[in-house]
Amino acid sequence: MEYEVVIGLETHAELATVTKLFCGCSTRFGSEPNTQVCPVCLGMPGVLPVMNRKAFEYALKSAIALNCKICEFTNFDRKSYYYPDLPKNYQISQNYHNLGIDGYMDISVQGRGNRVRIHNVHLEEEAGKLIHPEEAGADYSLVDFNRAGIPLLEIVSYPDMRNVTEVESYMQTLRKILLYTEVSDCKMQEGSLRFEASISLRKKGADTLGNRVEIKNLNSMKSVLKAIDYEAKRQANSLDRGEPIDRETRLWDEVNEKSARMRSKEEAQDYRYFPEPDLLPVVIGGKWIDAVKMTMPELPLARKQRFMEVFKLSDYDTGQLVEEKILADFFEDCIKIVDRPKAFCNWITNDLLREVNERKLDIHHLPVRPKQMAALVEIIEKGTISSTIAKEVFSEMIQTGKDPQAIIEEKKLAQISDEGLIEALIVKIISGNPAVIEDYKKGKKNALTFLVGLVMKETKGKANPKMVNELLQKKIDV
Amino acid sequence: MRLFENTAFQIKEKILSREICPVELTEHFIERIKNIDPHVQSFLSIHEAEALKKAAQIQKKIENAEDVGFLAGIPIAIKDNICTKGLHTTCASKILKNFIPPYDAFVIKRLKERDAIILGKTNLDEFAMGSSTENSAYNITRNPWNLDYVPGGSSGGSAAAVAAGMSVMALGSDTGGSVRQPAALCGVVGVKPTYGRVSRFGLIAFGSSLDQIGTFTRDVKDAALLLQAIAGHDSYDSTSMPISVPDYLSEIDAGVCGLRIGIPKEYFAAGLNEDVQNALKSALSMYEQFGAKVIDISLPHTEYAVAVYYIVANAEASSNLARYDGVRYGYRTSKSNGIVDMYCRTRSEGFGNEVKRRIMLGNYALSSGYYDAYYLKASKVRNLIKKDFDLAFQNIDCIVCPTSPVPGFKIGERAKNPLEMYLSDIYTIPANLAGIPGISLPCGFSKEGLPIGMQILGKHFEEKKLLQIAYAFERETDFHGKKPILKFSSAQRG
Repeated sequence: MEYEVVIGLETHAELATVTKLFCGCSTRFGSEPNTQVCPVCLGMPGVLPVMNRKAFEYALKSAIALNCKICEFTNFDRKSYYYPDLPKNYQISQNYHNLGIDGYMDISVQGRGNRVRIHNVHLEEEAGKLIHPEEAGADYSLVDFNRAGIPLLEIVSYPDMRNVTEVESYMQTLRKILLYTEVSDCKMQEGSLRFEASISLRKKGADTLGNRVEIKNLNSMKSVLKAIDYEAKRQANSLDRGEPIDRETRLWDEVNEKSARMRSKEEAQDYRYFPEPDLLPVVIGGKWIDAVKMTMPELPLARKQRFMEVFKLSDYDTGQLVEEKILADFFEDCIKIVDRPKAFCNWITNDLLREVNERKLDIHHLPVRPKQMAALVEIIEKGTISSTIAKEVFSEMIQTGKDPQAIIEEKKLAQISDEGLIEALIVKIISGNPAVIEDYKKGKKNALTFLVGLVMKETKGKANPKMVNELLQKKIDV
Repeated sequence: MRLFENTAFQIKEKILSREICPVELTEHFIERIKNIDPHVQSFLSIHEAEALKKAAQIQKKIENAEDVGFLAGIPIAIKDNICTKGLHTTCASKILKNFIPPYDAFVIKRLKERDAIILGKTNLDEFAMGSSTENSAYNITRNPWNLDYVPGGSSGGSAAAVAAGMSVMALGSDTGGSVRQPAALCGVVGVKPTYGRVSRFGLIAFGSSLDQIGTFTRDVKDAALLLQAIAGHDSYDSTSMPISVPDYLSEIDAGVCGLRIGIPKEYFAAGLNEDVQNALKSALSMYEQFGAKVIDISLPHTEYAVAVYYIVANAEASSNLARYDGVRYGYRTSKSNGIVDMYCRTRSEGFGNEVKRRIMLGNYALSSGYYDAYYLKASKVRNLIKKDFDLAFQNIDCIVCPTSPVPGFKIGERAKNPLEMYLSDIYTIPANLAGIPGISLPCGFSKEGLPIGMQILGKHFEEKKLLQIAYAFERETDFHGKKPILKFSSAQRG
């Protein structure tokens, strides 16, 4: 039977604050276990949470960026469950009055626009991390609380996606928005961006939803997509056999690429939500929302459209540019120095990206500055170097961080545009290759290209190719 | 008058005039605790070395004519659910038997800054859950007025310590009457400030929306002095209010002439002990003599207060006590099979029956499918109770009523019947639900010779007025000046 796959995503993003949500501990990643903890984030007796204003504003900014209705009166709730990485055995989260509700995000799938509705956006605290010893037969686990209490943004979508292409676009677009608004570093490998999927199947054309299955432990976007594929097939097979789908939570096994039941609906936890009495409700006035809106950067979709309109760049090119905010920012900085959008776009999306990927550089620490990039483009425009030499110069810039002018001088790479010099070379080449000249005169036009190549070789590529072409033609035709 | 019977003001004067020195005074109280406390059992731990060290520092400051804090050298006892850095803080629970907090509660920091001498930590009902101090995992504290009687609770250790002259002042906590009720039963002055007046940072939570740290003193002026020391905003407690603290002593003798005192009929209904009723009646007629106007009022939702309280407080408690799981600190079972078994054994072995009862009640009230019927409904009724007070206070300056329906009860008398025990707080609970301040002060004695407490309730943050009203009564009476005669028999030893 043919089924429609219905997919919703829950996203957790660690907010990029310097300190934790309810205490002053650092949020730095990768420190020695339990070195960034205090009585508050360890949930010791008698301690109280105090809201991190920055974290709250980041959450507010995200909710606005995701077109949510902002809850005028928002408060926090305790979500109770026992787990050793949860210090208080309840998580301060939001349930009854989420910060943002009923938003949406526009995604683009194969060039077509698509809208995914956002159910809610809310703020909560991160849990710690269990470390299971590797030794065989160990009867203990360790807990690292460095992560406990880091502000966490949860974004819950409606089940508006129908295939993995849409899911991928949703994840990429959301990641871009969070990066553009600078609320999260979205480093999936450090766990600061995580996804959980819920999947259900229904007969094509049916308008009621099937029982949904939640999939946890998805460590990369790739595993999200793989897990959805797996789950859709698993459910389809079950339905084909006439077996009902249980509402359950499953864990994705990355190594074996399959999922297994974690708990059934009957075992579902009762979180016993109730309003957090240790925090006051937050009233979000229009003025505050306006102030946050003022700090809102241009979001990726709007920026892409502007790049297409103002700089007359293609859909593909602009897509590549806005993919990483840092690249789009770099592009705009270059444009401000020299108005050559197409040239910069090519340099950035081809050469710069290639170098970054090949050298495995951190995109947030680009090895060239916009000023240097602009200088290189200017030098090419002036004809000082050819585009072939330019690639060499650029590679050198990446490696050494030097200015293009300095590299050209150092390596004597400046283009030879001295007519006398080139003419002398041409005379030498012509006299040394009479057979080729014969071929040319017989009508073999590409013989000329061969001769140009010889001149270029002789000058190590520095001769102005346009001049070589013209002069050579003139000499032979005489 | 014997030294241990002095008020904080009297001691303060003697220290500053160098009539006594802080070290001698501290030694005197430590000695007294060692002699008396085996019979009363107020203290769970005595901080002799730390107290003497602090006393020596203050003494040195005084000798060098340096500035000292306004509680310089005054001995104080602390309920053992308030965190003291480096010193055991047990909540009278087995589950925190070896817990030593690495931080001071806000109020402890304040007391230290003001140079008070912390003598030790006092007994309570486990996690402040009870009205008799019988629910302690360690001791049963006795009422100094009659050792067969309970001191009230949950701050029974603090109340008894002040009543028996083992400390000049004490701190307690009041979630449903846990300062005012033991103050009444032990014949001392107890103040529960407005919710948000004193920081809860470092107070081990029971019912977070109800808990408030309060004071025990020998008289009203001492209460004003101690409240002055601990009141004020704390950036580590979001629910503490960032508003200024008035000078509680400056107009304490302003009197009550022209003030309007409300008498809620619901607080003088059936079940009120005759001696308590008579003591209150005579107190009210005294107030009229002082020029106050006594007005009958009604707080119509009073009858729901106890029910609402036991849903809200227990719901919050069930969540607040979830952290005692044996993972990071406190008691952990000696053997277990897996994490869930470890949780179950640790908590089964670590908590006492009353605490378990309340955790179960609280979890039930918050469970999916019951939340609306219990917690949410209770929150709504709580608002009605609050509104009762708001409405009443439009026409009156304060409310006067009994603190406890009975002058006291014997050890074991109510321990078997939780419901009966819960009704001990019938007159104190509404103030916690509404967040308003209350004070209990001695206003008479029962036929058996047990002290009777009068409760005065006021508007939010009007502690100053409450203290004035209380003082107007106290300065014309001598109930607070009466001291218990401790009668030990060998049977009561140990």
